[in-house]
Amino acid sequence: MKRTHIVLLVVIAMAIGALTMVSADFSTYDTINSAREKQGKFVHIIASVDKTIPFDYDPAKNPNYLGFSVIDSLGGETKVVYHNTKPTDLEKSDRVVLKGRMQGDVFECSEILLKCPSKYKDDKKQLEKTIPNT
Amino acid sequence: MLNSQHYTMQFDGEHLLVGKLGHFFVLLSFTASLLATIAYFIASRKTDATEKSSWIRFARINFFIEAVAVLAIFSCIFYICSNHYLEYLYAYKHTSKELEFKYLLACIWEDQGGSFLLWTIWHCVLGIFLIIKSKDWEAPVMTVVSFAQVFLAMMIMGIYLFNIKIGNSPFVLTRDEINGPIFAMPEYLSLIKDGIGLNVLLRNYWMVIHPPILFLGFASTIVPFAFAYAGIQTKRFGEWVKPALPYALFSATVLGVGIMMGAKWAYESLSFGGYWAWDPVENASLVPWLIMIAGLHTMVIYKATTHSLRASYAFVILSFLFILYSTFLTRTGILGDTSVHAFTEAGKAMNVLILTFVGVFAVLSLALFFINLKKIPADQREETTDSREFWMFIGSLIFFLSAMFIIAKTSVPVFNEVFGTHWAPPEDIEFGYNKVLILIVVIIGILTAVTQYLKYKNTSSSYFLKKLITPTVIALIVTISLFIFYPITYTKQGSGFLIAIYIALFATIYSFIANAGYIWSGLNGNVKAAGGSVAHLGFALMLVGMLISSSNKKIISEDKFKNFIIPMGIDPLTKQADDPLENLNLIRQVPTAMGPYSVTYMGDSNANEAGRHYYHLLFERKDSATNELKESFVVNPDVYLMKNNNMSSNPDTKHYLTHDVFTYISYTLDPDKNKDTAQFKIKEVSVGDTLFYSKGFMVINSVEKNPQQNKFNIVPNGAMLMAHITITGPDSMKYASTPVIMVDSFGINQVDDTVYAQNLFLKFAGVSNNGKIKIGVKESDKMIDFVTVKAYVFPYINLVWIGLVIMAIGLIMSIIKRAKLSPVLSAFVLTIIAIALFYMFLFAH
Repeated sequence: MKRTHIVLLVVIAMAIGALTMVSADFSTYDTINSAREKQGKFVHIIASVDKTIPFDYDPAKNPNYLGFSVIDSLGGETKVVYHNTKPTDLEKSDRVVLKGRMQGDVFECSEILLKCPSKYKDDKKQLEKTIPNT
Repeated sequence: MLNSQHYTMQFDGEHLLVGKLGHFFVLLSFTASLLATIAYFIASRKTDATEKSSWIRFARINFFIEAVAVLAIFSCIFYICSNHYLEYLYAYKHTSKELEFKYLLACIWEDQGGSFLLWTIWHCVLGIFLIIKSKDWEAPVMTVVSFAQVFLAMMIMGIYLFNIKIGNSPFVLTRDEINGPIFAMPEYLSLIKDGIGLNVLLRNYWMVIHPPILFLGFASTIVPFAFAYAGIQTKRFGEWVKPALPYALFSATVLGVGIMMGAKWAYESLSFGGYWAWDPVENASLVPWLIMIAGLHTMVIYKATTHSLRASYAFVILSFLFILYSTFLTRTGILGDTSVHAFTEAGKAMNVLILTFVGVFAVLSLALFFINLKKIPADQREETTDSREFWMFIGSLIFFLSAMFIIAKTSVPVFNEVFGTHWAPPEDIEFGYNKVLILIVVIIGILTAVTQYLKYKNTSSSYFLKKLITPTVIALIVTISLFIFYPITYTKQGSGFLIAIYIALFATIYSFIANAGYIWSGLNGNVKAAGGSVAHLGFALMLVGMLISSSNKKIISEDKFKNFIIPMGIDPLTKQADDPLENLNLIRQVPTAMGPYSVTYMGDSNANEAGRHYYHLLFERKDSATNELKESFVVNPDVYLMKNNNMSSNPDTKHYLTHDVFTYISYTLDPDKNKDTAQFKIKEVSVGDTLFYSKGFMVINSVEKNPQQNKFNIVPNGAMLMAHITITGPDSMKYASTPVIMVDSFGINQVDDTVYAQNLFLKFAGVSNNGKIKIGVKESDKMIDFVTVKAYVFPYINLVWIGLVIMAIGLIMSIIKRAKLSPVLSAFVLTIIAIALFYMFLFAH
């Protein structure tokens, strides 16, 4: 057997090793109800902010506590707690991706992904809103 | 929206000529590049010399026409944007009148079309250079470059062919693209006062220079690829490597610097607290660089030993294909929710076009490669394990594998799209990459340390060991001293990862020292041949900097007063306390402990640009024993409040040689909504009297006439009175306040004093007839003025930038050697670039 063949075999072995490391390393996208069944498991939720319920955020008292509610497309609803400052565009966002864990009835969120404001520039509907009416 | 009414209607104040001109040049550039491709392709297949040269002449004319057309397109866009012709969507979307002129280029890059245009411009520049320099390689090489230009021209064409829209034109009109009642009025332009403007995150000087450099890096990867094609097309299977090598080195240099400029921008203007986040957009540009590095090493092997030719083909082809693939990833919206700053979907037709671009190049180049694989000569002799080429090849393979690992992880959304799966990124995305790449760093560090001491073909082991023993011992000593005197404190991922960090530190320090030693002893000071070693040394130093600055990065703004229980405090995997409470409130004028510093929010101010608001934070560090002031500086992070009420935070950093203190505003009150409506209540008092307010009381100590010093630094023009008042708050805290009244030729002037901690405003309102004084007291109903900040200390981050610059210098030295440039010219070029890079990365803050 040639040495290059040995190298190739080692490389393939490493690649398989790396791949298994990768595959062990994924979380899932869940609905609020399926997340509720996976208590304490790290999941991603795609939902929209429930704007009828006021945000619980008093930065003067505690900048690291934000409470709000979200609804997903299947109608599931949950309270979300985020131990960080309030992302500035949260009220305006249509859709957010929440990363975190369901703890009882509360979704303990570790990260909120919002659409970056620059992204709206290519969205015609958003552009229309910037044009004055009269 | 195409509305037939528009064509019969006249609109006031529009400048339609420049757009029509621009559109003409777009079509011209497409046609010319198509003709150039065909002509170059025919030329490359002609054997008759006169026929060949006449085709080449025709192709060149077309390529020059294309280059001129591309410059004209750019000029038209620049003209539209600099004149704020808001009838064009481009100007409406990206410019605004308050924007400083220096950001005008950044406005142009911000658009999808603008960045494609940038790419095309660089292809033109490189193409003209290749026409002059590549001699008998010109026809096949330029076939590839022109062919890519055809696709890039299509990206900005915006015409309908068989009812399919091809590309998005940068010259479309606002009224044709956006619906709105105002577009039915002839005078609609007078109603649109200003454009949307440049995204505030991009208002940074790095955003003016980073995209051109990065896109030059992207564009340049086509040159080695085109040479590989030329090698197959002309059946001179191995000869292309020599002329292509300087271009591969150039590409590696520019792409590497461009990527790190992006990292520096992220560090200076984004608030994720670092320079690298394994974001898909970052990964997409890193992967082609890694493959290009692998490719240039196998090319060097081929030149020295005739081994690794097939690998060289594979790597330069894949490097370019992954540039195209990353274009597909970042511009079609397929990354969707995984990337914070991926571009949005530009429309289905555009996605198809980009996918076609990737597909055509991938299928054609890979098919050619595999059909000719057997014909590409491979050295059948065995490489010995004590030869330099064997380990260089292993190193290249490792680089390639790490690229595959990164792109596989980044492509999960593509995988989801194709197979309908729902895999999401792991909880700690960065660790998912770091845990694999730290092993790569260990291997690459050791390989770059020892391989240069090996000779091509074979090496005597006594020579090898003798040369290596000193660097090995020194590296071990340095690593152990680090462990003792400056230990790594990254325990978040457990002790296994901590050990891996130490091993990686050893490997990179080893590489640094061994390469320095090699320049010293192995090359006997032959500077011209030292490019490789200098580049390795710089790369190793950059990795050392990355390891130290990320492992020992400290958040100093941790909230010490955790007055509630956090249910998610313990991470179930690592059993480590996970502390998300990284934001700290700073009340105006109240010093707050933050790490080794006492930080005071001094005040705020508006900037010249509309909506930009600066906060002034005073950092002071006192010696704990003597209370002597050791260090004092002010940082001014800022927040942009935009028209649509979006906020954007820009960090400010205090740079030291050994560390950076990085601070940004993570929350602030909207100053417009936080208006004070309370009124002063005037009270007549004498010296010694006590006044009560809702939280405590205050004593009028004395009234000073014409005081020598006042904290407002006012130089009085006439009589001046200052009241000395001591306020005692509810917690028995005492505050001093000195409101002032002045009478001069201009009239009466009062300077109020504020005790922010008590939300108390004091005014010296006047003197009454009975010898008493009038003190106005206002208890503000506005919220306490405060900002929420997050602050980090990044130790030794300068090693990252210094290492990068040294690596770039080493690569340029290699270009000079491989391209056999004249010594005077090359010394000049090298000096200029070195000074520019050092200035940009280390001094221009």
